[in-house]
Amino acid sequence: MSGGLYSTDSNDFDKTLDLTKIKPYGDTMNDGKTQVSFTLPVKKGEEAIEAAKQMMKKMGFENPQVVMVQELMEGFTFFNCYGNCTHTVDFTGIHVPKVESTTMDMHETDEFVKENIGRPIRVVGASTGTDAHTVGIDAIMNMKGFAGHYGLERYEMMEALNMGSQVPNEEFIAKAIEMEADVLLVSQTVTQKDVHIKNLTELVELLEAEGLREKVILICGGPRISHELAKELGYDAGFGMNKYADDVASYAAQELSRRLNG
Amino acid sequence: MQRSKLGLDFEKVGHAKEVSKRIADDVQKFVDNYSTVAVERTLCRLLGIDGVDGNEVPLPNVVVDAIKDKGVLSEGVMFFIGNAILETGMNPQQIAEKIAEGELEITTLPIRSMEEIQNAIQPFVDENINKIRERKAKRDNYLDTIGEGPKPYLYVIVATGNIYEDVVQAEAAARQGADIIAVIRTTGQSLLDYVPYGATTEGFGGTVATQENFRIMRTALDKVGEEEGRYIRLCNYCSGLCMPEIAAMGALEGLDVMLNDALYGILFRDINMQRTIVDQYFSRLLNGFAGVIINTGEDNYLTTADAFDEAHTVLASDFINEQLALVAGLPEEQMGLGHAFEMTPDLENGFLYELAQAQMIREIFPKAPLKYMPPTKFMTGNIFKGNVQDALFNQISIWTGQGIQLLGMLTEAIHTPFMSDRYLSIENAKYIFSNMKSIGDEMEFKEGGIIRQRAAKVLDDATELVEKIEKEGLFTALEKGIFADIKRPKDGGKGLDGVVEKGSNYFNPFIEILHKK
Repeated sequence: MSGGLYSTDSNDFDKTLDLTKIKPYGDTMNDGKTQVSFTLPVKKGEEAIEAAKQMMKKMGFENPQVVMVQELMEGFTFFNCYGNCTHTVDFTGIHVPKVESTTMDMHETDEFVKENIGRPIRVVGASTGTDAHTVGIDAIMNMKGFAGHYGLERYEMMEALNMGSQVPNEEFIAKAIEMEADVLLVSQTVTQKDVHIKNLTELVELLEAEGLREKVILICGGPRISHELAKELGYDAGFGMNKYADDVASYAAQELSRRLNG
Repeated sequence: MQRSKLGLDFEKVGHAKEVSKRIADDVQKFVDNYSTVAVERTLCRLLGIDGVDGNEVPLPNVVVDAIKDKGVLSEGVMFFIGNAILETGMNPQQIAEKIAEGELEITTLPIRSMEEIQNAIQPFVDENINKIRERKAKRDNYLDTIGEGPKPYLYVIVATGNIYEDVVQAEAAARQGADIIAVIRTTGQSLLDYVPYGATTEGFGGTVATQENFRIMRTALDKVGEEEGRYIRLCNYCSGLCMPEIAAMGALEGLDVMLNDALYGILFRDINMQRTIVDQYFSRLLNGFAGVIINTGEDNYLTTADAFDEAHTVLASDFINEQLALVAGLPEEQMGLGHAFEMTPDLENGFLYELAQAQMIREIFPKAPLKYMPPTKFMTGNIFKGNVQDALFNQISIWTGQGIQLLGMLTEAIHTPFMSDRYLSIENAKYIFSNMKSIGDEMEFKEGGIIRQRAAKVLDDATELVEKIEKEGLFTALEKGIFADIKRPKDGGKGLDGVVEKGSNYFNPFIEILHKK
């Protein structure tokens, strides 16, 4: 069944781009070509390959090709497959909530804060709950920053405290009160069994109980965090992968200015 | 004189090691006078005390807390338990159970002579020392009969949270060619001041380290190893607040590799330095005696500090860690000193610097089964590039003769490894290790070239740094933030209240036995 390297299968489908019906792109518009890999808990063999093809069809792929079959151990077989996706998406109807701010660099943000706020912004950050990973919060806050983006500690107009990892929510809030923080940054790296959701929700509840929720700009971040998820959980903003200190600082400065100056 | 492919100055290396020995000796003067709640709980375990009370509190904690609450922990558990054996006629386990039931007040019994107490406890000491010896003999027998995989050993992690699911993942990895299975601990366990009990099926980002979980995994790996004709090593973490207890549990259950690094705990877990340095000494005595390879965590320093500028701190820490291990009688052959210099992949000639440093560490610690790992910090959702990054590090590993290769996973920035991720990463390493097997024997490094100059520079800077640390003392140096840009106060951090100065009745017969081997 395999199309092989030089498939002569007819490809008589409409090759014009229609943004109301987009499909994955391999090398021809609307070919729907997609690469998928997965493991099935069965012994390697012809039946396993057939199971993988049927799985691909149920996932919505036509002409499924199983190009690699590898038994990982008896009873587990790994597949690499290709297929033509039959589903389409209406790109014109998509709306994604985004953080409403213009990203500025460190100097621009410092200038912005001087002009519009007139004092340093107080920021407390931590990796809260049982999460022992500091990589996220360090990337945003540490002096050195990450990938060439200086962290908040380096900003002239940020008074930034990084509490590190495994900080209980209660301790985090106590520090925020002590510092009269304008901005709270929470980093969550471990997401197994949705532990980050529970922890992030708990923080919001505690802040509400203390009557602090509206008094601070509450931001969460991490590899599995999106702005949409953050809003859903009751945060003001969420920053996921490929966001740096610049993005966070710009948003914090502009949002605080909006709140103070209307 | 050892020949260097890098033109390293071995006199300078010798000097740096002497300086580091003085740093370690200075630390040891402190260590000799102190014990901790974790060391005392370890002694309970080494007397055969195990199990939990009605509130799930481990009996070693019950015993140590009972003595600590009376303010006499300075005399040590051996003294009180030895005395209680004489007074009650019970064994240590029965004594612990009675304390847990509130039926025995161990600190107020009439006190016998020291000689009687020591004699009373000796049979229990011998019994558990023999258990550890038997465990070690079992491993040695496997190595003599079914043998082991070639170096670098392939090290992979399992981290499902459920020990029974871990067993499935571990078996798959072993069948694919893994030599070492590391069971990642549940997040936060390093900060628990007790070791949970029994088999566990819930964990976050890893699986709880318990003695029963050790036993379950060891049994499974022995079975797979016998079938595959290759001994499979088991790795766990004796770090954090229960460092020596986990070392004891590992020694009793046949673990082969242990993460074991006080400096790591001080810097990255904010564990009090006095506490963990004392804990580390006893844990390294146990690891040394049990034939366990320790892994140190220097590769982590550079996740916070700049990997290019601060490479010498890794070497300096390796120098110190080597001496802290030697003080505890841990042989060089068991020192899996950590290194790897998470430099950004964008750095021009980054591969050359990495190669220079890996070769340098190899030559400086020629007998150590060095632990090498690819950078986790620069792994992204681009799994295709990630597999290439891991491949570059695999090349350096085979080229420079590393001992243990922690295999990077192409998906590590995304999730704990799928069974298939582990397969792809083992396949990557095996391909490169075979395809480039003898490259290290064939290649020399150009005089005056980038690689030689880099190695010389890192050695110079590391030597200067250990000289500076010697002047300050290790504790003060840590207070000043010499490693990883992190400052830790001597009297701050977690676990300080568990440190106690040894009193006049204190004795710990294990120290001498473990040292002698």
